[in-house]
Amino acid sequence: MDMGLLGQFIVNGMMLGMMYALVAVGFTLFFGVLDVIKFSHGDVLMVGTFAGFSTYLGLGAIGIDNAFVQLIGVLVVAIGSMAILGAIIARYLVLPLKSAPPLNTLLVTLMLGTVLREAIRLFYPDGSNPKRFPSLLPTDSWTIGSFNLRADSVILLVGGLLVIVGVHVLINRTRLGMAIRAVAQDEETAKCMGINFKMIVLLTFGLGSAVAAFAGVMNGLYYNEINFGMGLLLGVIGFSAAIIGGLGNIYGAILGGFIFAALQTLGAVALPFASAYKDVFAFAVVIALIAWRPTGLIAEKTSERV
Amino acid sequence: MTQSLKDKLIILLLAALGAAFLVTFIAIEEQAEIFALLVFAGVLIIASAKLGLTDKISQSLSRNERLLNLSVIAAMLVVIFWFHEDHFPLLMIATVLLYVVACCGLNMQFGYTGVVNFAGAAFFGVGCYTAAVLGGTGTPLLLVIALGGVMAAIIGSILIIPVLRTRGHYAAVVTIAFGLLFRTFLEVNDTLGGPQGLPVSGMNLFGWDFNSNIQITENIEFSFYMNYVILALIMVILTFILMRRIERSWIGLNFDAVRLDETAAACYGINIKRWKILSFTLGNFLAGTAGALFAMMLGFIAPSNFAFSDSLILVSIVLLGGMGSIWGTILAAGLVVLLPEKLQVIQEYRFLLYAVVMILILLFRPQGVLPRNLRSYIPGWRG
Repeated sequence: MDMGLLGQFIVNGMMLGMMYALVAVGFTLFFGVLDVIKFSHGDVLMVGTFAGFSTYLGLGAIGIDNAFVQLIGVLVVAIGSMAILGAIIARYLVLPLKSAPPLNTLLVTLMLGTVLREAIRLFYPDGSNPKRFPSLLPTDSWTIGSFNLRADSVILLVGGLLVIVGVHVLINRTRLGMAIRAVAQDEETAKCMGINFKMIVLLTFGLGSAVAAFAGVMNGLYYNEINFGMGLLLGVIGFSAAIIGGLGNIYGAILGGFIFAALQTLGAVALPFASAYKDVFAFAVVIALIAWRPTGLIAEKTSERV
Repeated sequence: MTQSLKDKLIILLLAALGAAFLVTFIAIEEQAEIFALLVFAGVLIIASAKLGLTDKISQSLSRNERLLNLSVIAAMLVVIFWFHEDHFPLLMIATVLLYVVACCGLNMQFGYTGVVNFAGAAFFGVGCYTAAVLGGTGTPLLLVIALGGVMAAIIGSILIIPVLRTRGHYAAVVTIAFGLLFRTFLEVNDTLGGPQGLPVSGMNLFGWDFNSNIQITENIEFSFYMNYVILALIMVILTFILMRRIERSWIGLNFDAVRLDETAAACYGINIKRWKILSFTLGNFLAGTAGALFAMMLGFIAPSNFAFSDSLILVSIVLLGGMGSIWGTILAAGLVVLLPEKLQVIQEYRFLLYAVVMILILLFRPQGVLPRNLRSYIPGWRG
């Protein structure tokens, strides 16, 4: 195969993997602190992207056309508003159902995802059509042989990496992270140690949703197109990735994200059938992986208490 | 007047009231009138609940189940024959009935055994595509309906291993991934019509063409949808009997044990895998049969009918009616299918509204509209 094409596939796969990993990290965080699946995660991502897009339009309308300022504005608004939205969802939908069967939480967040998706489709101006997301990053590119490396891809990959490292440091090196880990390990004991359980849950949901918003903006910048349905697929893929890796484990989530991206890329490039089957292939492999390792590649270290 | 006579009168009155309501609801077109009727029904239900009438009525109902079932069927027949020459109302009724069958399948999975399945629309779709593919081959079409169910069960069996080995969230992702996989597969597969879909030949029973109107006499002509409505009603009745029989047998008891506590059930020697496989397969079979007839009735199917949101609607029906409650499923299917058709204002917003209603239900009445009662071994016995 042509080296340039191969390089393109690798960069593309890395980009996808980074996005999936960012979404999966959110799922893992939520599952860690509260043992719940927040299925509206993908749609929160989508809403975040639309919030960022609206910011871009707003900044353009008041005459700010410096790409860098616009980018900062888009990121700040998307991440900030989704952090708040995430905390609100946790406060009013997830925490009240804490003692209900897990299926109810799953359903309530699935339905919330539908509400968000439909709300954007129906109430955002011309929301049912795809929107053109602006390219706010430098458009330079370097040519190595037949391979064309775009600067924006590099910036996005580095940015994604920084966010993942940031989350990692936050969880493992700060007091807040310690509190999150304590709550994840044992809610009751954490409460006894004076940790404000509710606050930690809200902060975790805010953090996860903020990371998702970043992934959404990243998606918009990379593909230059956003639509109301983008969250569903990203959410399901992120969830699958988190599960492949093993829920509750951040490294597992990152691993799962990259595995899924690799599968999709492999499905598009290396397999004998048409590349249109790449999602079919990726989901089939996910189902097979779950059948093989039901609690993920890096398994949960728990046994059931009766 | 004796108690039992009173019970019977109440049931007959209720059935008549229900039939009258349904006929009026389907017949009127004016949006304001529909809205007024709904408000009236709502007020009536709330008032009777406040007056403690619903408790009494439900006791009467549980004492006379056979009469209740028969009078509901009779009421249904009245409604169907009322609209005997109108295509659209009959199409709506048939759709409701087929949704009831599919949702009973899901109910067996969610409500009885606690196996999650978020790919209901996919299994429904397997039935549809089976009907589309086999429709032209000369296979007897009644057999095609059964084969639609069998195909759904077979394709579902691919998922059995992952579904058995996982639980809760993990099982949910297996079925969601399958639902997405199924739709993507249909969209890119050219032999199955791709995104454009496939035409389906109509039902034909022993030379009796279902797609032509029925001429009774010079003046009386039945819409051809009548055939499908009657067949769908028969399917609903069979499904209802099956569900009730299972619920009341030791199979249902095992299902309940598996749902309520897997570990405890296993400790008492209940084979969890066997019951999960049985309920998952039977549930998919029901969804597949409903899909096959649905495809024949519509005459055309496309992958966009089997999206993830359609699976969610099926789950919403089960949840709205109350997990494991068959009457609840019937009521909820009626509401979910008929309301958006009749209230054109909400047609565009229906997914949004379903989702909001579901969230409210989960927060404030997680047991559903008509929750399933505890097992009672003696009818009418209150302990």
